[in-house]
Amino acid sequence: MTPLLEIRDLWIEGRSDEDWHPIINGVDLTLGRGEVLGLIGESGAGKSTLGLAAMGYVRDGVRISGGSVRFDGLDLIHASTEEKRSLLGRRIAYVAQSAAASFNPAHKLIDQHVEAPVRHGVQDRGESVEDAIELYHKLRLPNPEEIGFRYPHQVSGGQLQRAMTAMAMSCRPDLIIFDEPTTALDVTTQIEVLAAIRDIVDQFGTSAIYITHDLAVVAQMADRIKVLLRGDEVETATTRAMLEHPREEYTKSLWAVRGFERPEKPAPGPDSVPILSVDGVTAAYGEQVVLEEVSFDIHPGRTVAVVGESGSGKSTTARVITGLLPPRGGAVRFEGAPLPPGYRQRSKDQLRQIQMIYQMADTALNPRQSIAQIIGRPVRFYSGLRGRRLRARVDELLEQIELDPAIFRDRLPGELSGGQKQRVGIARALAAEPRLIICDEVTSALDQLVAEGILRLLARLQDELGLSYMFITHDLATVKAIADEVVVMKEGRVIEQGPKTAMFTPPHHPYTDLLLSSVPEMDPDWLDRLLAERGVEALGEQAADKM
Amino acid sequence: MSLWFWIIAALVAIAALARVGLWAARKLSGNAPRFRDMSYGVAFGYALALAAIAAGVWLWMKPGAVYFRWAVMGFAICAVAAYLFRLMGRHVGPESLKRQFRKMPLTAAFGILVIILYAVVAIFAGWIAPHGQEAVLGAANIVPGGDPAMGGDPAFPLGTDRIGRDILSRLIYGAQNTVGLAFATTLLAFFLGGALGLLAAVVGGWLDQVLSRGVDVLMAIPSLIFALLLLTIASVWAEGARGLMTLYMVLIIAVIDSTRVFRLARAVGIGIVVMDYVEAAKLRGEGMGHLVFREILPNAMAPLLAEFGLRFCFVFLTIASLSFLGVGIQPPLADWGTMVRDLAQFINFAAFAPMVALAPLLPALSIAVLTVGVNFVVDWMLHRSSGLKS
Repeated sequence: MTPLLEIRDLWIEGRSDEDWHPIINGVDLTLGRGEVLGLIGESGAGKSTLGLAAMGYVRDGVRISGGSVRFDGLDLIHASTEEKRSLLGRRIAYVAQSAAASFNPAHKLIDQHVEAPVRHGVQDRGESVEDAIELYHKLRLPNPEEIGFRYPHQVSGGQLQRAMTAMAMSCRPDLIIFDEPTTALDVTTQIEVLAAIRDIVDQFGTSAIYITHDLAVVAQMADRIKVLLRGDEVETATTRAMLEHPREEYTKSLWAVRGFERPEKPAPGPDSVPILSVDGVTAAYGEQVVLEEVSFDIHPGRTVAVVGESGSGKSTTARVITGLLPPRGGAVRFEGAPLPPGYRQRSKDQLRQIQMIYQMADTALNPRQSIAQIIGRPVRFYSGLRGRRLRARVDELLEQIELDPAIFRDRLPGELSGGQKQRVGIARALAAEPRLIICDEVTSALDQLVAEGILRLLARLQDELGLSYMFITHDLATVKAIADEVVVMKEGRVIEQGPKTAMFTPPHHPYTDLLLSSVPEMDPDWLDRLLAERGVEALGEQAADKM
Repeated sequence: MSLWFWIIAALVAIAALARVGLWAARKLSGNAPRFRDMSYGVAFGYALALAAIAAGVWLWMKPGAVYFRWAVMGFAICAVAAYLFRLMGRHVGPESLKRQFRKMPLTAAFGILVIILYAVVAIFAGWIAPHGQEAVLGAANIVPGGDPAMGGDPAFPLGTDRIGRDILSRLIYGAQNTVGLAFATTLLAFFLGGALGLLAAVVGGWLDQVLSRGVDVLMAIPSLIFALLLLTIASVWAEGARGLMTLYMVLIIAVIDSTRVFRLARAVGIGIVVMDYVEAAKLRGEGMGHLVFREILPNAMAPLLAEFGLRFCFVFLTIASLSFLGVGIQPPLADWGTMVRDLAQFINFAAFAPMVALAPLLPALSIAVLTVGVNFVVDWMLHRSSGLKS
């Protein structure tokens, strides 16, 4: 039997300025019927480009320069627009990374859902609506009868992602391409979406290409895994073989990333004065209360990780500490002395002591200033250094963050990679010579290898300079790697707090337990086990039926 | 009735041509992807373009269509000039400039060429112009073209106006007056609107409310009528002093136009204020000056510069309109708007004496070419700034 999708020696080029540079270099890919293939790699590896090429589609400014893509015997590269049109949406479907950005906000979900079946003449509108509701049931969306009649903004992110999967399923395609469908979701939501996707793909025997950078996720979803690096295939193997015996060095390094873990520092003495204490802080945006009675301490030289899902008030806590959002009640103390609530009332020295590093390095660095200007400004502002001494200090800071001053001093942020930008963000914070640095999801936008480098750098700087960190994150692997103490937040309250080792050993608070157990593990059976433990009834039965 | 018949018949013929042409192209090319994937709408567009070219050729052949032939020739000359200019830019000058020229579309090259030419003419008007702008030189109503057989005079290549002033000289001085004043006015409008708009974006709160509502009030009144009203009042204060009157005009137009700049600067500024790097600067304790001029302004520069080009055109047209209406630049100073008004009645001769009717068209053409040129440059700059973002 011919495979469903067969890509042979595919070359893809992208255009920048006048030149064409390679994106995919002669990659082969074969996908059997009912098979799920995982595509993994760092950003820029060409995963998404390859995924789109499987549909015979390339983005603007990109061209296929060689090779073939055959879907069920049909050559997609040379197929006419008409032929492709009859396939896309009907036999090949696509699920994008951000469902929230991919749904048209002006139309109800159901109207967007029925579009493909009605246009392709698979079903009429009535049938399609009924079918949609059935799919919503299967994907375990809450309130499946009505959810389709809402607008995208009235539905949560995880639900939208499932609605999009339902939409891709609407014509019962032979192939679905999932492009990082859970990357933007919280761990607890991710579980539901993963389970729903896997379940429905199994049920209809659909083939799928699952693109992600998260190894643990792909381990749950894929039968086979293909690793890409800068447009080249590194290796391909079945999931179990790949997890147990990765052949190539690069694959091993990907696997090893999660190995970084810092030992917890000894607990502070009883008379240690916390460098920062958040004391019974309540804060609100207008009428809506977002923080209630939040209290925790950060002791000198230690790292406190604040964990929780999006909307749990982690970042709001940071805004209260920095003075961007004056609290409604409670106080923030720095070395025992209360800080004025608003940043405008704080002295220059108080501002200097607490610095922030942001999640999105792209928006955190002024794109029109050179690296030397970005780092030099706080140095000059706080210490008044000028001329040669300022330049020497900037070079020293660049060396601290492991960037060569001669190369990077005069570059603009746009000429740097994501990891390098994040390092510049760290240097800008260090330039103020602070005591406490607030790291707001600093690694969540980065690839795992790069993120690990940033974490190691932060750990080294802490040892050298005696800094304290408040580490805001939703990623428990990061917490495990770097934290000394953990504060778990949910809906604006602190649910549980304590030293890291205590937090990671049972018994847990039920919510902490839910968070911890939702972190995907590098074990292909993990999702099955977890679902069995949580007793998701329907899924277990269906899996049994298939046996 | 018969007009409608011809229009519909022509459309049907074009539609049929598109259908047949598409079929033939597919057959002849052996179903090449280019024609295979071409939709009927695109084919119709090609057929329409073909029909337009055919109509153009037919019109060119007609003996009476003097202006059409001039327009086509003018267009060709402009295109060639722009091409040569770009070619020169690609091979002369520093490397960074050459790189700019290499990526430049022809329209932008034309725009830049026009701006340079106008700037040179405006700055060196005193040396270039053969006569003074106010000099009355005897013979009135000399026809442009300089051909004595047609009523022209080689001494006045573009003829003279009703009281015998040289039109060429007045056109050259008009560049100085009209363009110079427009430039000054736009600069002032930008300084005012840009600074206040960014300030409103950074400070927010009541200051933003007061400024924005004030701007709303000014914008609610039709701008040309508002300017006319204010100028009428100002002319009483000026008591006939010509310099003072011009100053008032600049101030009034600058204030009215600064409202549009304010809106843009505020909108762009609000998008930048929420960026983390501005937050970082605020948390550092930076003052308002640093925030506005170092963090926000450099990032707002691209849209503001593009708006500067557009605003310049509008200001320029406003001054020309006001002068046409008689309250702008006061005679005997040469100004393109005033010149159009003074020479307007010659347009009636267009049907039988094309050369005579050229007189009022020349200042109008000067306005049009500059406006088009500036817009080309603005389009290119907008395209570049949006391309940088992605």
